[in-house]
Amino acid sequence: MSNSQVIRLSGTAIPLLLDDIDTDRIIPARYLRCVTFDGLGEHVFEDDRQQDPGQPFNSDRFAGASILVAGRNFGCGSSREHAPQALMRWGLQAIVAESFAEIFFGNCTALGIPTMTLDREQLESLSSAVEADPTIDVTVDLEAVTVAWGDVIAEAGLPESARTALVSGEWDFLSQLLANDAAIGQTAGLIPYLNGFGSG
Amino acid sequence: MDQSTASSSDCENRSGTVNLFDVVWNQHTVGHLASGQTQLFIGQHLVHEVTSPQAFGMLRDRGLSVKYPERTLATVDHIIPTDDQARPFADGLAEQMMSAIERNCAEFGIELLGLDDSRQGIVHVVGPELGLTQPGITLVCGDSHTSTHGAFGAIALGIGTSQVAQVLATGTLAMNRPQVRRIEVTGRLADGVFAKDVILSIIRQLGVQGGVGYAYEYAGEVFDTMGMEERMTVCNMSIEGGARCGYVNPDHKTVEYLRGRPAVPEGEEFERAAAWWLSLASGPEADFDDRVTIDGSAVEPTVTWGINPGQSVGVGELLPAAEECSIEERAGVEEALEFMGLEAGQPIRGQSIDVAFIGSCTNSRLSDLRQAAAIASGRRVADGVRALVVPGSQQVAEEAEALGLDRVFIEAGFEWRAAGCSMCLAMNPDKLEGREMCASSSNRNFKGRQGSPTGRTLLMSPAMVAAAAIDGHVTDVREFTSAAV
Repeated sequence: MSNSQVIRLSGTAIPLLLDDIDTDRIIPARYLRCVTFDGLGEHVFEDDRQQDPGQPFNSDRFAGASILVAGRNFGCGSSREHAPQALMRWGLQAIVAESFAEIFFGNCTALGIPTMTLDREQLESLSSAVEADPTIDVTVDLEAVTVAWGDVIAEAGLPESARTALVSGEWDFLSQLLANDAAIGQTAGLIPYLNGFGSG
Repeated sequence: MDQSTASSSDCENRSGTVNLFDVVWNQHTVGHLASGQTQLFIGQHLVHEVTSPQAFGMLRDRGLSVKYPERTLATVDHIIPTDDQARPFADGLAEQMMSAIERNCAEFGIELLGLDDSRQGIVHVVGPELGLTQPGITLVCGDSHTSTHGAFGAIALGIGTSQVAQVLATGTLAMNRPQVRRIEVTGRLADGVFAKDVILSIIRQLGVQGGVGYAYEYAGEVFDTMGMEERMTVCNMSIEGGARCGYVNPDHKTVEYLRGRPAVPEGEEFERAAAWWLSLASGPEADFDDRVTIDGSAVEPTVTWGINPGQSVGVGELLPAAEECSIEERAGVEEALEFMGLEAGQPIRGQSIDVAFIGSCTNSRLSDLRQAAAIASGRRVADGVRALVVPGSQQVAEEAEALGLDRVFIEAGFEWRAAGCSMCLAMNPDKLEGREMCASSSNRNFKGRQGSPTGRTLLMSPAMVAAAAIDGHVTDVREFTSAAV
């Protein structure tokens, strides 16, 4: 089973240029009391939104945004896939940040969400541009590995494995892993603890 | 089975330049995907109720079964109440999740340690207790603190729910290979300084994202001297330093810990296992992508003051001012001080608390409870402080009760609860209220982590939490004479 190819995404953006945003903040643990991911979108950044009327996810200016602009170490903490699920269900299709926590990055890729990195200066410039004009069109290009807005085309980063998987539409890793069934059995047959620790 | 004999001797590396991580990774490599990622065989899969229901749903949607049910074990920990455990739970959503994991495990043929099973507890306490966590294995769980199991010399990875489905269906995972950083902690820890202080100091020094892209190998005299439970505390918080996993090389303590546990082989097979485990350890000539050395004798009892686990000070230090920090840190320091209601330049010592929590997958094992009980013994929790002790598993609770630790805590004014994750992340009824300040032996001080959006967390060792509970404020545990318990 192949997924859709993720090559180029364009849309408006929402700026949240803060560092070390953890997944508890993205989706507080009480909303993990569920057996499906349905409905998580409405609770994204719930506690931050309650405490700060100026939180961008409260603002009509950024309603309908599809690209999140974030800071350093975005998505740190818990492995909960509920975090990228909540962002996706809110309407986000791509995240541009200075850097990402690893489990979060993997979870995003598994959902077809590209996690692009930009250096801080460019990120601040993008964030300012979006603050100044929330209708500005932002384009994330996985072939050129760039993020573009206004007359700027900025070189971005994206781990090659994720880029390859997204561009080719092969980000459904389950199908690929299933395809190697014979090799899985061969590997298992050579692992000592699965075979009596080398008994004759 | 000549092949497996050959394979096990191939990976003896005490004299080679290969480190443990590389040996274990190579042995579990099935192949490579088109993306370049490694398809990694997973030897042990642990499952809990929060991150699994959607994964079972994905299997159901595709008509898939669980490939290695015998190498998969489920328990319940995050949502379960620690006081009244009668079913149905008072919280309907928690009851729904409990029913879901019962149904899923029955349908897919996975053993579930439910509340009526004396082996139930926090997934990262239960795995080692049962002897499922062993050197040289790959182990995953849909939980970032899976890094705990690295204490045995395993590659232990926290994964997301889509990956849980992948491992259930195939026994494998798609992973980018990390680099390996050796963190050597030299010297000896001073009295009153514990494993928790070591890992908080490492994270303070290397930063909360310093470990991104790395597996951490913890080594040096401090780790050689630590018991297995202390090693688990350090490995547990690897993820708070950004590292996907962390490990300690297996040694004779590892072997003796495992001897006689239910999932560990006996007799001759045990001797073969032990020889293989010990052979995996990185040798003196092993190569690493990076090395860091930390002076263990300089580590102080450490307390976090902010909203990420890297924002900490020694108990004798003053809180930093934003302008003293690097430009990159300033905004975060300002945000943290404001949220915490603390002032730059103030001592952390003397900071009053409302709640004391001893528990979590970081610090809820028997040695943690003994250290805390030694401080609590013969003393009283300060007026106005709510203090909870939540053992990590039913087995820990039983062992602690056999030693009379429950009485020590109860007589001192702590509540003695049933096993679970409890107030570490407050998915059950144990929560902070309003802006309460909590001295906590858990692993995360994120905004809202302990169940109140404005609640505040000070992370520290279990002994330091007990001392803070007695004094009603953050205090230096080294000034307490501890009782023998």
